[in-house]
Amino acid sequence: MGDISQPKFEIRDLKAYYSDREVIHGINLEINKNEILSLIGPANSGITTLLRTLNRLCDLNPESRQEGEVVLDGKNIFDHDIVVTQLRRRVGMVFDVPTPLPLSIFDNVAYGLKIIKMSKADTANQVEQALRMSALWEEVKDRLSTPGMSLSGGQQQRLCMARVLALEPEVVLLDRPCSGLDPISTARIEESLMEIKEKYTIVIAPHNVQQAARISDRVGFMLLGDLIEVDTKELIFSDPRDQRTSDYVTGRFG
Amino acid sequence: MNSNSEKLSHAVFFALALSSISALVLITVFILVQGAPIIAEIGLFKFVFGMTWAPLKGEFGIFPMIVGSVSATIGAAILGVPIGICCAIFLAEFAPPLMRNIFRPAIQLLAGIPSVVYGFWGLIFIVPSIRDHLGGPGLSILAGSIILAIMILPTVISITEVSILALPSSYKEGALALGLNRWQTISSVILPAAKSGIIAAVILGIGRAIGETMAVIMVLGNAVALPESVLDPVRTLTTNIGIEMGYAVGAHRQALFATGIVLFVIIMVLNTTAQYIARRK
Repeated sequence: MGDISQPKFEIRDLKAYYSDREVIHGINLEINKNEILSLIGPANSGITTLLRTLNRLCDLNPESRQEGEVVLDGKNIFDHDIVVTQLRRRVGMVFDVPTPLPLSIFDNVAYGLKIIKMSKADTANQVEQALRMSALWEEVKDRLSTPGMSLSGGQQQRLCMARVLALEPEVVLLDRPCSGLDPISTARIEESLMEIKEKYTIVIAPHNVQQAARISDRVGFMLLGDLIEVDTKELIFSDPRDQRTSDYVTGRFG
Repeated sequence: MNSNSEKLSHAVFFALALSSISALVLITVFILVQGAPIIAEIGLFKFVFGMTWAPLKGEFGIFPMIVGSVSATIGAAILGVPIGICCAIFLAEFAPPLMRNIFRPAIQLLAGIPSVVYGFWGLIFIVPSIRDHLGGPGLSILAGSIILAIMILPTVISITEVSILALPSSYKEGALALGLNRWQTISSVILPAAKSGIIAAVILGIGRAIGETMAVIMVLGNAVALPESVLDPVRTLTTNIGIEMGYAVGAHRQALFATGIVLFVIIMVLNTTAQYIARRK
C-alpha cells in the first residue's frame, strides 16, 4: 500500500510526441490516492494523450513517444521491467465512446476475470459487485445473458465501467465518459464515481466544466499541451491564479 | 435539356447493367435446357449417386466425381484455411507497415497467376515429389489439394483481413485496456467479432476451389473411381466437363451439361451461404 501521503502517480517533466510533433510540453503533476482529479481544457490540450500515457495505451500508436517519468507507487512505468498488461490491469480505462464487446452483459464484465482465471463462483460474485458499483445492477440483473450491445448508450458506458471495476484496478482513468449520454445516465455515473473513490484513484476528463465542478476534489487546467495550473476545485473555480484558467472556467473560450 | 441527358445516361447505365444480368440468365437457362432432360431421363438419384460413368454405354453416374470434387476441396481447405487465417491475422495485427506493404501485393499477385501455370508447376514439381516420397502415381487428391490450397489463399487472406480491419478499434483498445496481451485480445475479442467475415472467407475460398478446372485437370489424374486414399487419383465435376467436352455429342453432351447443373447448384448454395453469413452481424 505504501505511505498514505505518497502520491499514487507522480508525473515528472513528461513530454509526449506523435512522430516529431510535441503534444505535451513537460508536465509535472501529482495524483493523490482516493481523489477525483479532473483534467479540463479545450480540444488539443493533450488531455487524452496524458490519460493514455498513464496506462501506456499510447504504445498502440507506433508513432508516439514519451520523455520524462511517470511514477506509479514509486516505480516508473516506462522502466523496461514493467509488464504492460499488469500495468493496465492496475490502471483501468473507460473511453469516451462506450465499447461493449460483442458478448452478453455478464460476459462483458466477466471477460477480464476469465483471462486471470478466476473461479466461476467468484466470477459471478465479482460481476455482481462491479455492476452494483457502476449503478447498473438493478437495471440488468434479470437479463444478464442478453447482448451488451442491446443496452442504451448510458447503460453501455456503465457496463464498460463495470468491466474495468471488476478487475479491481487501483486507478481508473475516464476519458470524457459522459460525452454522448443523457443527463440521467450522466448523473448515475457521477454518483457511482463519488462512491467508488474511497477504493480507487480516479482521473477523469469531464465532458464539461460543470461536471468537473460537481465531482472533483482537484482540477487541473490544460491548454495546448501545458498544464496551466492544478488546485482544489474551490480555488480553480473561484480564485484561479492564471488568467487563462479564469477565462476558460467562466466560459470565455473553450 | 438537363433532364433529357439525365434520362439518357440513366437508360445507358440500365442497359449495361441489364446485359451483365442477362448473361447470367442466358447461361443458366441454357445449361438447364441442355442438361435437365437427361437428368429427367436417368432420374436425379441415379445420376447423382450412380457409380458408373460410361458415356459409350449410356451410363451416366457422377458420384465418383462428386467425391473427387469434395475430397480435393476439403483437402484444400484443411491445408489452406489455417495458413490463410493466420496470415491475415499477422497482416492485420502484427506486421509492421513496411512488411504489410510487401506482403499484401505479393498475395494479390498470387491471385493473378493463371491457373494453367499452377497446374503446370504442380505437374512438374508436386506430382513427382509425392510419387517419390509418398508413393502412388503422384497424380492424386493430395497434389490437387496442395495446388488448390495455394489458389484459395488470396481469397481467404484478403477477406479475413478486411473483416478484421473493419472491426471498430474500440474492441481492441477496450480489451488491451483491461490488461490483456495481444494474443488474448486476438483470440477472445477479435476473432469472435470477425467470425462471420472469416466464415464467409472460408466458404468463398471453398467455392473457388470447387469451381477450379484447369489446374486440377493437370494434377488430379482424372480417373473415374472412388479413391481409397489421398494418394489416389480422382476426377472432379469440373474436370469431367473440361476433358470430355471436345468430343461429346448427343446424350453424352447433355450429361456434361447436367454435371454443370450439379456444379452450379453447389456453388450457388456456397455463395448464398457466404453472403448470408457475412451480412449477419
